[in-house]
Amino acid sequence: MYLLEHSNYDIIVIGAGHAGCEAALAAAKMGCEVLLLTLNLDNVALMPCNPSVGGPAKANLVREIDALGGEMAKNLDATLMQLRMLNTRKGPAVQALRAQLDRKLYQRRMKHVLESTEGLYLKEGIVVDLLFSGDQVQGVVLIDGTKIYSKAVIIATGTYLASEIYIGEISYPSAPQAQHSSIDFSKNLAKRFNLRRFKTGTPPRVNSRSIDKSKMEIQPGNHSKYGFSFETKGIEIEQVPCWLTYTNEKTHEIVKNNLHRSPLFSGGIKGPGPRYCPSIEIKVTEFPDRLSHQVFAEPEGWDTDEVYLSGVSTSLPVEVQLEMLKTIPGLENAEIMRPGYAIEYDCLDPLDLENTLKVKGAQGLYTAGQINGTSGYEEAAGQGLVAGINAACFCLGKEPLVLKRSEAYIGVMIDDLVTKGTLEPYRIMTSRAEYRLILRQDNADQRLTPIGYHYGLISEERYQKFQQKQITIDSFIEELKGIEINPSNEINEALKEIGTAPISRKTSLADLLRRPEVSIPQLRKAFSINEMDEEIEEQAEITLKYSGYIAKQQQAIERFQKIEEVRLPESVDYSKIEGLSREAREKLARVAPRTLGQASRISGVTPADISVLMVFIEQRRGVQNGKNS
Amino acid sequence: MLRDDTIAAISTALGEAGIGIVRLSGSESISIADRVFKPFREGSLKNVPTHRVKLGKVFDPESKRIIDEALVLVMRGPRSFTGEDVVEFQCHGGIIVLQRVLELLLNQGARLAEPGEFTKRAFLNGRIDLSQAEAVIDVIRSKTDLSLEVAIDQLEGSLSKRIQSLRDELYQLVTRIEASIDFPEDDIPEVEVMEMADVISSVQEQVIKLLKTADDGKVLREGIKTVITGKPNVGKSSLLNKLLNENRALVTDIPGTTRDVIEEVLNLQGIPFRILDTAGIRETGDYVEQLGVERSLKALDEADLIVFLLDASIPLSEEDFQILEATKNKKRIIVINKLDLPRAWEIKELSDIGETRIVETSLLSGDIDPLIEAMISFVSSGIMRSRESGIVTRTRHKHALEQALQDLKQALNTVNEGYPVDLVSIGLYGALESLGEITGETVRDNIIEQIFSQFCIGK
Repeated sequence: MYLLEHSNYDIIVIGAGHAGCEAALAAAKMGCEVLLLTLNLDNVALMPCNPSVGGPAKANLVREIDALGGEMAKNLDATLMQLRMLNTRKGPAVQALRAQLDRKLYQRRMKHVLESTEGLYLKEGIVVDLLFSGDQVQGVVLIDGTKIYSKAVIIATGTYLASEIYIGEISYPSAPQAQHSSIDFSKNLAKRFNLRRFKTGTPPRVNSRSIDKSKMEIQPGNHSKYGFSFETKGIEIEQVPCWLTYTNEKTHEIVKNNLHRSPLFSGGIKGPGPRYCPSIEIKVTEFPDRLSHQVFAEPEGWDTDEVYLSGVSTSLPVEVQLEMLKTIPGLENAEIMRPGYAIEYDCLDPLDLENTLKVKGAQGLYTAGQINGTSGYEEAAGQGLVAGINAACFCLGKEPLVLKRSEAYIGVMIDDLVTKGTLEPYRIMTSRAEYRLILRQDNADQRLTPIGYHYGLISEERYQKFQQKQITIDSFIEELKGIEINPSNEINEALKEIGTAPISRKTSLADLLRRPEVSIPQLRKAFSINEMDEEIEEQAEITLKYSGYIAKQQQAIERFQKIEEVRLPESVDYSKIEGLSREAREKLARVAPRTLGQASRISGVTPADISVLMVFIEQRRGVQNGKNS
Repeated sequence: MLRDDTIAAISTALGEAGIGIVRLSGSESISIADRVFKPFREGSLKNVPTHRVKLGKVFDPESKRIIDEALVLVMRGPRSFTGEDVVEFQCHGGIIVLQRVLELLLNQGARLAEPGEFTKRAFLNGRIDLSQAEAVIDVIRSKTDLSLEVAIDQLEGSLSKRIQSLRDELYQLVTRIEASIDFPEDDIPEVEVMEMADVISSVQEQVIKLLKTADDGKVLREGIKTVITGKPNVGKSSLLNKLLNENRALVTDIPGTTRDVIEEVLNLQGIPFRILDTAGIRETGDYVEQLGVERSLKALDEADLIVFLLDASIPLSEEDFQILEATKNKKRIIVINKLDLPRAWEIKELSDIGETRIVETSLLSGDIDPLIEAMISFVSSGIMRSRESGIVTRTRHKHALEQALQDLKQALNTVNEGYPVDLVSIGLYGALESLGEITGETVRDNIIEQIFSQFCIGK
């Protein structure tokens, strides 16, 4: 039998999407025996939405995953068809890579990585229940009744829990791409945990041959110097463009006239959807002043004519979808290959999770990805990695990994989820991070490689390379600080030529770099500077140019660090603490924060409540010390 | 509250007491105090042994102006009330002086203490007993009552409202910047450098203006603008004289007041009341008639408090009702005079007068204590039952504005020097957070909400 009753794994991961893959890989690399279960082996690492990864904050997540030893970045670099650097003029912390990729290639490569990983068993199987002994999870039950045992379980079921697809007046239980909707598993989970419903959706996909690209704007790639992963050097492919067109008043008219047929308006769909990814129905009704919206035609792969129409996500009936597309320049003769749809699914309230992604009140049970109320491949992968590491730590008796908000976007995301909860599918944004100048994509390796190495997820060889890179950057910075120039006609003429003001006293090249208009390549035109890798130069320049701002954020982090480190006891009866406001009592009890810093971020917990908590902690410590002595 | 920094506060009840104390606690106490204090004898506070007093001058290191003479007591931790380095400034009392000293210390890097924070630190540093923990919490709780701050607003005019409108302008800007950063492919117009600079400098100017008006607290500096009104011969001038006889303030130089308008200042239990346009009352005894309706209405409009006299002995006239109507949205006290004569009307005839206090008296024979009491209680119910809280609120507003100003300057420099927009947003967030400290709101969550409500996002 391919799955034996009583077979004993360390960890079972349910679902092989972006969360499940990273979770299983991390745990296996840390030395655990991991069973990764998927409904369909041909759908590993599926991208049911955009064939696109990255963008602001999301690219930072991908780089962080890479620095911690995850697979997503490498898989992207190997399968992408187009790479763009966004926000190039808005600042170093917010510029972000965004890739278009070949979906099938992405899946194939990821599947092979999983298959070839020691200690990882990738198998098909439909889970219908969890096994528990008290509050300790013990394994899973398959649809045929088979029981498989493990020390820990990670649920990464994406949108598959009791999912229901909506297209116009029609709805039916189904996961994306006509896959099995895990209705029984959801029912069984609901016996133990609070589930709720979220919604998301996709636009129609059309045949590329039915599109008139001459009526659309071309949007080519613009970046090839490096990819997402530390290990990738240059992207050497012929990049494929996307195509941009716009909806118009006619399109909107058709949408408006058919709103009663959209399940979003007819009452079929009840779960909240993401506001950053609204359907065309919502765009038209909530932003009536906008006379047009962008539509990006994104290729789905090298060897397919299927094209994803980003921007017209919809759950209108198929014939209305077609009618609507025909009003859009370039899409007049569009052939829909797959209609757009909305999907509603069950998920947990992330307030029921600890900051390790362990489910509260259950031992050995972790969750990651859309089940935690998020959306996005990058968000899922980031959580999967953390859940995988922490489930492994649980099995191996190690300290779990909790990333700080000042350390990683992954930390911001998980802290947001478990502290504030979310009322809609959560997406990471740079605006969510307090210290985004520190959480840059260019220094993700610096921030997190040592942590990845500590958990055994970064190879010795890569760690050496990383350290070498840091040394190179540092010595390059020293070099720039060391080259000093004196004011002279010749020098000032040279400075004028590269477009910056003259100097009046001895100045180092490092000082010159602080001027916003000066860059290393420009300086090289006038002065002799060693040639370095693109990435090295970029980091040296950022470090020097923004040093004042970076130092300021660093100070802010340190100031907050003290309360961030004050731990709150695990079980506290907040209703018994005198002096807390009623709202604070309720919220604190619900969230059960682990540190004072986390408590301070809960909405409704005021500075006075934090003061009261400080006194409470001190009082409790005093009492305990008294007992001990 | 959250940081291990140095805190400052006025620690004596504010009033007309002879001595007032401003206290500092924290590792930077002595160096902060040293920067604003020059002992008469040689030496610096840094070398003063613990538990020693120095006499000298408190001065503003920027303007070099001397604020007060003071005794300064240095207590080094852990042998101090809080267990940290503590410095006490014993000043010559007076609300304005104490507040100035406090502001100096804040400008030098101290942070305004939260309610009960000195006690809390004492507790956290083991200087007071565990059994006192509950008392500490009581202090923290009892003083965070927001109602006082709300009350303050009524008289401090619209300071917090104006801060709110500044914040709205900044929110608009930051929302647009953030939306364009987080959704670069979403057709969101980028914020032009010129526009950014314009908005920031306009907000900056407004903050500077606000800081000027907020300086020291308008009420305590300028007094409560009071207008005595009523139709001719109702007894306005005798009321004024009665008030002045006993309470004429010995203030000769009140900054910010103009002496060319003839007015008088009363000192009622330490609270200054400025009686406006007394010329009108004195010269003709017929204020409304002399100045004309238009001007009198303007005076009424500017007043913080209106004392409206009615004659009990003659029936209410059209004029009375006009004044009643004109003052209906103001804080006012109605004085019904001439109760020694037969009464010609009843209070209920005044119809809808809301919460107006009514004092019935005879200025001819009776005393005016009930009126004085009403005037003071107007202040204490309307502004500050505890003047201490009043000062704290104002100081917090002012401090927040100053912090915001620093951040705005930084943001403007960042724009002008040509740094990218993400760096500008650091200063703008700082300013928003400073201004938001007053209300304790979460800036980032608000920005995200605004992005979604203002922009159609969704590639």
